[in-house]
Amino acid sequence: MNQSFQWDAVGDAFPLLLEGFRVTLLATVLGTLVAAVLGLAVAVAGRAPSRFVTVPVKALTEFVRSTPLLVQLVGAAAVFSSVEPLTIGIIVLGIHYAAYTSEVYRAGIDGVPKGQWEACRALSMSPRRTWQAVILPQAVRNVLPALGNYAISMFKETPFLAVITVQEMVFEARKYGADHFVYTEVFTLAGLIFLVASYPTSLLMRKLEKRLGH
Amino acid sequence: MSDFLSILGEEFPQVRSGLWVTLEATVLGSLVALLLSFVLGLAAGSKLLLVRGVSRTVVEFFRGTSLYIQLFWLYYAMPPLTGYELTPLVCGIVAFGLNYGAYGSEIVRGAINSVPRAQYEAAVALNMTPFHRMRKVIMPQAWVQMIPSFTNLLIQLLKCTPLLWLLSAADLMTAIEHVRSRSGETLTTYLVLLAVYFVLAYALTLLMNMLERTAKRRLGLHTGAGSLLKTRTAEAAATAGGAR
Repeated sequence: MNQSFQWDAVGDAFPLLLEGFRVTLLATVLGTLVAAVLGLAVAVAGRAPSRFVTVPVKALTEFVRSTPLLVQLVGAAAVFSSVEPLTIGIIVLGIHYAAYTSEVYRAGIDGVPKGQWEACRALSMSPRRTWQAVILPQAVRNVLPALGNYAISMFKETPFLAVITVQEMVFEARKYGADHFVYTEVFTLAGLIFLVASYPTSLLMRKLEKRLGH
Repeated sequence: MSDFLSILGEEFPQVRSGLWVTLEATVLGSLVALLLSFVLGLAAGSKLLLVRGVSRTVVEFFRGTSLYIQLFWLYYAMPPLTGYELTPLVCGIVAFGLNYGAYGSEIVRGAINSVPRAQYEAAVALNMTPFHRMRKVIMPQAWVQMIPSFTNLLIQLLKCTPLLWLLSAADLMTAIEHVRSRSGETLTTYLVLLAVYFVLAYALTLLMNMLERTAKRRLGLHTGAGSLLKTRTAEAAATAGGAR
């Protein structure tokens, strides 16, 4: 059976989707924050002098990076069933992406010239001060566009949160679709909202990349 | 734990066929993606503005709308609109293929652009036809550049296959979920499932490293056997992830 596109359903569902979109944005922003902080911690720990630190850290990030986000989410939600789904979603998204951002930071840290490290040693700076005052300010600046790109990726993976009953945009779309049996219109709308939000952001990142001279 | 193992044993045929469905989705999905990557990637380098424009639009469209939405659109939204209905597995293969094909095309485009200009000029000077130029000079060099990034995309695609569970496609996750609900061993079940995906990802990485070694050999670049065991590189991970 061929049905025509029901425009009134689009208008009807739009406010609901926007409401869900706020949760989507919240999850993306907080998830990115977790990934940015945790990724940095992992990258710095990966440079620790002891192998007892670096080997487990590397193995763990490799494991998190190579296993599906969906399984991690569903597993975490089932094991910690008393925690609120949105909290679990943000933490799991953050941990998953930290495995990626840590690599970005690592590349950024490797990109800081060796002379900078040597200068710090010559000035007998403490390791803490070396990282804080010299290495990280240079490393982080270089990796900002890459981090931004991961934030966009995360944004497009937030629909996975609907599976653990977080009421973000796709969750609302599915609910509306099931209630009114109009999947076509709401999914098309949800997809377009993603496109409208992510495309300009990715153009912005490209511009930033150019400005930082990559 | 023993409960879990005995139920896993009982459910083994389902788990095995689930594993097969997951592998099928991964392999067929990535073949569709590979084909699309080359079509869109080569079109992006066309002299005609129209061809370039169409390629750009398709790529941005499939990258910009979430994979999750594309999959659900194919499964729920397409049948009432067009009258065609796809099985869950085919939905998965098409959605994975389209989404990762769009990302892959950027890899193809980038790799072709990274081949030194002099190679292209030399091929022109030798009076090679455009097809010959691509086939014998540009592509073999670009291909070596593409493989590490393709490896990342392949792993990403594998990691998306549990989405099939949401369409009840009887994949690995569906089968294991069944074991979980019967045994009640939540933590063990998910750890086992994660471990299986990890092993699959590692096996695919190893295969791709072998492919890269062969491709490099064709260019006369020899690498030691140690290169087979390397994990995905940071740089390639950054590009694939960033492009996702």
